[in-house]
Amino acid sequence: VKAGQRGEPFLICVEAGKVREFARAVRATARYGSDTPVSPPTFLMSAAHWAGAANAAWGTEPPSFERLLHGEQEFEFVGPPPRVGDRLIGQVRIDQIYTKHGRRGRMTFIETVTDFRRESTGELAATSRATLIEMGAPEEDGARP
Amino acid sequence: MTPDWDTLAEGDATPVRVEPPLTITDFVRYQGASGDLNPIHHDPEFARKAGYDGPFAVGMLSAGLLAAHVAEWLGPENIRKYRTRFSEQAWPGDVLTYGGRVTRKRREGDRRLVEVELSATRQTGGVHLRAWATFEL
Repeated sequence: VKAGQRGEPFLICVEAGKVREFARAVRATARYGSDTPVSPPTFLMSAAHWAGAANAAWGTEPPSFERLLHGEQEFEFVGPPPRVGDRLIGQVRIDQIYTKHGRRGRMTFIETVTDFRRESTGELAATSRATLIEMGAPEEDGARP
Repeated sequence: MTPDWDTLAEGDATPVRVEPPLTITDFVRYQGASGDLNPIHHDPEFARKAGYDGPFAVGMLSAGLLAAHVAEWLGPENIRKYRTRFSEQAWPGDVLTYGGRVTRKRREGDRRLVEVELSATRQTGGVHLRAWATFEL
């Protein structure tokens, strides 16, 4: 896995039922999907439903789930968040990779950035940034947890 | 009611929300909705093999709840940025408290921006996550 690696672009259709389901899952009280026209702030996490293996940034070397932690997540919107009916094109890239050493051994930080552009105009609608931490084997110098 | 730019002041507290104890059902519902089906949040054997006592909370569930909570206060259409940093893991049975305060009001050209600092804390006082949001009013 290297910085600069990209997944293939993929289409996301923002649908009322999915917006509603996501809003209920995060226990939102506003009537998303009907009276509230936009999606909840973290709705773009559900872009995972629209992406296949070819759309991931990893290529053929996905990180191991058992050792992967989610460190940070950020969303930035150009104007209001996506709304029902929007058609967006998402594309993820690996922005940077760096290593730190902590109590639990070597940690590899992988920062991915996904741009979401409007299908019709190509304009940027939103960006999401994820910081994933891959926990390595304990340090050899005896600093085991 | 969305607070108005003029009455909102730096230091103002957001509404506080306390949720019922976390359940694995909450995690499963969120994972189904988001499409992230990492078994570490619902499969006890998988979680134990990975070195945990059992399944732990999906960070993005609490982060999403906190974001929606503050967006319901300042307006779901008005949010422009949301960032969260995970700290302590949360576990089934945990009671989390969600809230924060307004840290800054600023103008950027003719845009009026409000910055809010937020957290979700466990019943132990431990911080599960912190978050920062920007709204345009």
